[in-house]
Parts: sequence; structure tokens; C-alpha cells
Amino acid sequence: MDFFIHLLINGISIGFLYGLAAMGFVMIFKSSSVLNFAHGELMALGAFVFLVLIGWAELPVYVAFPLALAGSFLLGFVVERIFLRPLIGEPLIYVIMLTVGLASIFKGIMLFIWGGNLYTFPDFLPAGLAIHWGSINIPPVYVVSIAIGLIFLMLFGLFFKYSSQGIYMRSVADNQPAALSLGVHVRKVFALSWAIAALVAGMSGIVLGIINGINVHDLSSIGLKVFPVVILGGLDSIGGAVIGGIIIGLLETFTGGYLSTSLRDVVPYVALVFILMVKPYGLFGLIEIERV
Amino acid sequence: MAHYSFQFQTLAILVLRVGVRQEVVMKDGILLQLNNISVVYSDVIQVLKGVSLSVEEKHIVSLLGSNGAGKTTTLKAISGLLKTENGKVTDGDIVYRKKSIQNSPPETITRQGIIQVLEGRQPFKYLTIEENLRVGTATRWGKPYKKDMELIYDYFPPLKERRKTLAGYCSGGELQMLVMGRALMAHPQLLLLDEPSLGLAPLVVMEIFQIIERINKEQGTTIILVEQNARMALQIADYGYIMENGKIVMEGVSADLKENPDIKEFYLGMGTSGDAKSYRDVKSYKRRKRWL
Repeated sequence: MDFFIHLLINGISIGFLYGLAAMGFVMIFKSSSVLNFAHGELMALGAFVFLVLIGWAELPVYVAFPLALAGSFLLGFVVERIFLRPLIGEPLIYVIMLTVGLASIFKGIMLFIWGGNLYTFPDFLPAGLAIHWGSINIPPVYVVSIAIGLIFLMLFGLFFKYSSQGIYMRSVADNQPAALSLGVHVRKVFALSWAIAALVAGMSGIVLGIINGINVHDLSSIGLKVFPVVILGGLDSIGGAVIGGIIIGLLETFTGGYLSTSLRDVVPYVALVFILMVKPYGLFGLIEIERV
Repeated sequence: MAHYSFQFQTLAILVLRVGVRQEVVMKDGILLQLNNISVVYSDVIQVLKGVSLSVEEKHIVSLLGSNGAGKTTTLKAISGLLKTENGKVTDGDIVYRKKSIQNSPPETITRQGIIQVLEGRQPFKYLTIEENLRVGTATRWGKPYKKDMELIYDYFPPLKERRKTLAGYCSGGELQMLVMGRALMAHPQLLLLDEPSLGLAPLVVMEIFQIIERINKEQGTTIILVEQNARMALQIADYGYIMENGKIVMEGVSADLKENPDIKEFYLGMGTSGDAKSYRDVKSYKRRKRWL
């Protein structure tokens, strides 16, 4: 029983991280229908920036963390400005291929600077964050990842539902010509969605780095795991991304725990196939409204 | 020496030209003026071939013509949306409040108070009615909108009942009201309406036209109305232009246009001879003016 609960908690907190990573992915897809193949690299970049700030510059966490997030935000902004803006109005496939190229560039830069080594953050999370409950121990990292996941899910929910900027972003995703005709600044919306996506990616990279250590290859391959998560949750649903993340995370840890660790990476995809047979738009994806 | 004098000559001509350009004097009370504009799509397809028209402040001006005459293109040239569709104003200029706007991006033009309501009702399907209306505040960054919303509900009472419904599930009449209301939220000074009667039941069309007239009277909004329904359009318009093949072929005060025998015959379906006749029987001078 303890083993089960242990796996459950592991699964949920890993799942929250996948969900967080997927959130950024969904942001970009929602506003511009672009699949961002450089997402894993954005995660890794965030983690490395944090590593530099906290490990090498030895800044305290409460300075380093916001700084790393601000850096990611800025990076997203710059990437949009330099690489994606010139492609506005071009066929989507060009933009998607560009993100594949971006992934290689980022990976190259990181390998060039940090090499393929495994780094670890200094231990900075206070042990008091851990939860002890009977025979169950939840390490601080997992508590933090669940808390961050919940907070951001709520923030995004409120942002998209109530803030003007959030509504403009949804309107651009919904019908771009109409948004343009009403004076929505579409280029600003794209820039903002890339910035926010990079911020969220950077944050999930940091938390994953605390759990698994930071390595260019590992983090960017986790970026690929975003795909089953978002397809499961529905490509355009932020809440769906989190639920999808949790499902994939649970499937992974349970297969790893009860069946075999070598099946870990396979079972989620098998489950994905079956879920999509029943719900082709994903669990929470928008079903195209058809009117005659 | 001869060489220099040649240069001076061209310079002089240039100066003269610039001088002439700036001398576009607008009569008082003229809000918008199109001076001989040509529009080319994708660098090869010429759609407008020298269109000139002027719109007096607080007037309703209707732009009539058959399919493919260039009415929608004219509106898009004014609102700047042309640029997002690979179209370009290659010649002539568009003067709005004594300023040339043919080179401005749509965000700038909408901020000066020109809002286009696109043809075929383009709602944001996955936003509720209320959220759709909020997008209309984009030109002033979402600043206070509650009062405007009350005004919109006053003009279009059906919207109030359905304000929490996704626009994708509303009827055609409701959507037409929605897109017009959404445009009104932006406090337009010049409203460009593209075929508001498209695909609506006659009674709804009547209602929509009454509201258009009310908006013009009560809000003092200048309106350019593109229509297929010539009879209705000429009833509420002060002035009318008739387009054919990318050119203005006739213009005049609505009352005169309604009485013009050619328009009666070709447009309002009140031909004197009554029975349908073959193209061969039409008098040659009328062939050129055949608008249907």
C-alpha cells in the first residue's frame, strides 16, 4: 500500500511538471497554431540560466529564481522578434520547421557552453517543506512542483478568462482577421505568448533540474514528452495540459513500479492511442463548432 | 555642366510633385477621401483601377456593385487589412482627417477610429458574446467597457439575453448584431460595414438597417455601407457609389440614384420592358453599364 501511495505521489508531481511544460506549449499553439519543437531546449535553457545564477554567481534563491524566470521571458520575446516575426503570414509549416532549427541552435549553444555533463543544483530547498504523513514521505521538490503547478494553472485560468490581454490572445487564436479588424495588435499577442511560454518552460526546466539534475540531452528529450501530454489533454486546453500531464506521469510511474522500468516510456503512448480512439480531440480539446 | 543642369531639372520636377501632393485640400466636413487608388494582390492581380470617392462626416455612403466589383477590396484598402492579405495600394492615396493612411498598418488605422465589420460575420466562435464584445476594446487597451456594453445591449437587446453563450452557437441575426456591437465598442468614427444583410431573413435585414440608421443618427458615426441589397442601402444612405470592374461607374445622391432609369433596370429589378431579354437585345450603351 505504501508503495502504491509512493508511486501515486511521484506520478502526480512528475505529472504536474509535464503539465507545466505542456502549458507553455499550449500557449503558443493556442495563439498562433504553431507546434514549438524547441520547447525542451527552452526548458533546458531556463535550468542552465538558473544554474549559473545560483551555483556560480551564488545568488540567493529568492533573487535567482525571479531573475531566471525574467531571463526566460526575455528570451521568448527575443526569439519571437528575431526568428518568428518575419514569418508571420507565411505557411505554418515554415514556422514549425523553423522551431526545429531553433531547437538545434539552442542545443548546440548549450552543448558548446556546458557540454553534455550532468550538473546538479546546490541543495537550497528547506527541508521543512517536506510532508511527513504516517509512513509516507513527500520530498520538498515534489511539494514545490505541485504547488507551482497549481498556482500557475490558476493564474493562467484567471488570465485567459478575465484579463483583457488574455481575451485578446484567445480572439487571435480564434479568428485572426476579425481580431485584426478590431485593432488587436496581433504581433504583440504573438510576442507575449512566446514570452510567457518560455517563462513557463524555463520554470519547469528548473524544477525538473532539481529532481533529476541538469543535462542538455535529458531535458530536451523531456520536451518531446510534451507531445503525448498535449495531445492527450487536447492541444488547445491549458487545464487539459495539466490533466494530461498527470495521467502520463501516473502511467509512467505505475508501469515503472509494477511492470518494468523498460516499459515506462512505452505504456503512455499505448494508452494515448486508446484514449484518442474514444476522444479524437483529446480529453479537453475544443470540438469544432459547425454551423450551417 | 549640362549634366548638372539635368539633375537640377529633375530635382525641380520632384519638388513640384511633392508640392502638388501636399496640396490635396479637403473640403470642410470631408472625413475620408480616396484619390484614384489602385490595388494589386500578390503583385499581379489588379483589383482596383483608380477608385476615387469621398465621404462626408456623419453621412451614410453606400457602395454598390455586383460580385467581384471591388467593394470589399475598397473597404480593406481603407482599413489596412489589405496588407495582411498580400494586397497593396500601388497608386493614389487615402486621406483620413487630412492624413495619408494608405501605408499605415491596421493597428494604427483602427486606433484612429476606422473599424471594419468583415463580410460574412466573423465572430470569435469560442468566446462568449460578452467576451466577443470585450475584444472591441482592443484599440484602447481594454479600458472601461461596462458602460459601452450597456449601450450595445440597448441597441441589440437579443445579445443581452445570450451574453454568456458561446458565439459559435448563436443564430445568423444574433451574430450580425454581435459583430456590429463589437465594432461599436471601439468607438468608431468611421464604420465600414461589409454586406450586413448577407444571408438574413428580410425582417431581420429590416431591423439591422434600422439600427444602422440609429447608430448613424445617435452616435454621429460615419458609415460606409457595402451592399448587394441596393434598395435597402439606398433607402438609408445619403450618397451612393456604383462600382464595376474595379472602377466607380456612377455616383450621386441616393434619391437621384433611386430614380436613375439604368439603376432601376439593372439593379432594382424594375426594368421598363419587364420581360427578360437576351444580352444581344440590350442597347450597346447599356451593355457597358450592365451591373448584374
